[in-house]
Amino acid sequence: MPLGHAAADACLGGGLKRAALHEVFAQPGHETAAAGFAAGLAARLAAGKNLLWIRQDYCALEFGELAATGLLELGLDPARVLLMRAAQAEDALRAALEALRCRALGAVVIELSGNPKCLDLTASRRLTLAAEENGVAALLLRFTARIEPGSAQTRWRVRAAPSPAQEENWGQPRVEAELTRNRQGATGNWVMEWSCDDGCFREPADRGAVVSAAGDGPPPAALEKDRRSVAA
Amino acid sequence: MIAGRSGNAQLVVALDRKASALGLHVGQPLADARAMLPMLRVVAEDAPADAKLLERLADWCDRFTPFLSTDPPRGLLLDVSGASHLFGGEKALLDRIRGELRRQGFAVRGAMASTALAARALARHRDGCVVASGEESKAIAPLPIEALDLDEPTTHAFRRAGLKTIGQAAGRKRAELTARFGARLVYTIDTALARADRPISPRRPLPDYRAERNFAEPVATEDVIRETLLALAGALSELLEKRGEGARRLEAVFFRADGIVRRIAVEAGAPLREPAAMVRLFKEKLSALADPLDPGFGFDLIRLCADRIGRAEALAQQFDSDAARERELGFLVDRLAARFGKDCILALRPRDTHIPEHAYALLPAQHAGAAEHSWKKLRGKGEAPRRPLRSFSRAEPLSLLRSVDGQYRIRWRNTQRLLTRIEGPERIALDWWRSGNSTPARDYYRAEDEDGRRLWLTRDPLSGQWAVQGVFA
Repeated sequence: MPLGHAAADACLGGGLKRAALHEVFAQPGHETAAAGFAAGLAARLAAGKNLLWIRQDYCALEFGELAATGLLELGLDPARVLLMRAAQAEDALRAALEALRCRALGAVVIELSGNPKCLDLTASRRLTLAAEENGVAALLLRFTARIEPGSAQTRWRVRAAPSPAQEENWGQPRVEAELTRNRQGATGNWVMEWSCDDGCFREPADRGAVVSAAGDGPPPAALEKDRRSVAA
Repeated sequence: MIAGRSGNAQLVVALDRKASALGLHVGQPLADARAMLPMLRVVAEDAPADAKLLERLADWCDRFTPFLSTDPPRGLLLDVSGASHLFGGEKALLDRIRGELRRQGFAVRGAMASTALAARALARHRDGCVVASGEESKAIAPLPIEALDLDEPTTHAFRRAGLKTIGQAAGRKRAELTARFGARLVYTIDTALARADRPISPRRPLPDYRAERNFAEPVATEDVIRETLLALAGALSELLEKRGEGARRLEAVFFRADGIVRRIAVEAGAPLREPAAMVRLFKEKLSALADPLDPGFGFDLIRLCADRIGRAEALAQQFDSDAARERELGFLVDRLAARFGKDCILALRPRDTHIPEHAYALLPAQHAGAAEHSWKKLRGKGEAPRRPLRSFSRAEPLSLLRSVDGQYRIRWRNTQRLLTRIEGPERIALDWWRSGNSTPARDYYRAEDEDGRRLWLTRDPLSGQWAVQGVFA
């Protein structure tokens, strides 16, 4: 499923795999930007099917509850979104596994805070398997979390990006998304704009130059490779 | 002997057999009883505990018929119409109930008749008798007038008039009785003699459909319980299918051999009929119970009830992919609701108000139904969102400072940030036409900090206090 952002899609080999687990890490203080990015990914991956957003109670207390009007303004259809409240991370993961087996869903977003013990390699692999088997996209949205080994197809680190300066219109929501892991190819770092009208990501109009070219930075890639061998 | 208070007097409330043989009687002042028998052992009455015990006994009796009610302080009324043949006839059923209660350590009296009142009168005075339909008058007539449980003055008046048995009272002209005691009494006598009927009102609403299985040997293993539930669900499903119906609520009732009854209910968003789906919901519910189902010495009866019946389409008609998807999604919601509680899985529905906090509702997805209003986008084409993606249930206070060079800084959650732009106000008047509260309009601002984070700020018009209401994506 292409994101709409040309450079990122090229790096991902045409787009994100739907039947897979993708992880979105929020940089500290940029939780909502990451949530917006995840909402965008989920909307793209769900492709018109329903979306289940599972969130840990703590996340809503600390970072605010997901707002239906906010989703609507982002161009998602709130009628197609189900929200699940989970008291504990265990509950969230269990519900996610159950939901990933339901082919009527397009995507499941699992919003967790910190590094819960129950989200280990096995749990992450289970999510991947369930997503692959049923073709339902799994998105782990992580707040204030350390990166740990996991079986995700892609991993993103997201922060908000400033709007274009000196402009009357605020412009569309903008994030700086760093692809730190990509099982299929190179990694990269781009500023993306979510187009609320078209429901896709795109390159910001005012800045043709991306923050850094795709595939740079051997150290993180090497790190990732190490992690992968741990995971294997 | 048990004593309790009635007004200012301590009265004898209940006696054991030995005490009554010694000449004590219920209603006697405690002081008199003590005078007669100084070594009397007196226990204080505990009415709430008695009521609780009676409820527990009623739960236990539920296994014979769900159509039962308690008759406080110490009676139970069971409507066994159409149920007695399951237990080998009326006499056998009555003996079984009496026998099993006696084995649990209770002193029991019981009788069976066509009306509740007749059965009650007989139980008090002719324990163990079963009166065939049509023979009530013969059986009831010789009973003393007290058997009707009338109030004290009425009973007394009958005695004064020389009418000692129900038969004598019933023999009087109806007009006389009505004139003297009112129409209610005539009705009472009629019910006692089964000339009129007053149905009992059951403790719980009766289920629309039910299926149950008895076990000669109590069962305790999970496998058997699951198999039984599946078989019962199959039986219910057949009943439902005949009428093209499905159930939105299912209740499994587990009767433990030692008398404890456990009820576990699951709900479905759409009328449900497939046995496998029903069992699946119970499996989710049972595995998530805070206090797990404890079989103790085993269950000797398991019952499955179906409620909230609705039309259900036959499965064969649902090859249509949209409908099938809808159905599958509904079932996922049911499973999640069974496991985590129905308030955990929510649907978003628009509301007809412009107040930002109330613009939408989070409703339990099982019962949310169709939206009554449509979603209204505030953003124009090409514009940034005008409502935040995440909002705080309570706005978080914030201090806004303006430095000498005209820049704004905010302090929120112990960090200072420089605002690069701020836009507003968007003035939102509250619903002054409702409830008559005179809360003034509130101002909302969009702001962006140096890192590109966009906040939604509000300012209280009275205090001038700033707060963060939400954060944009």
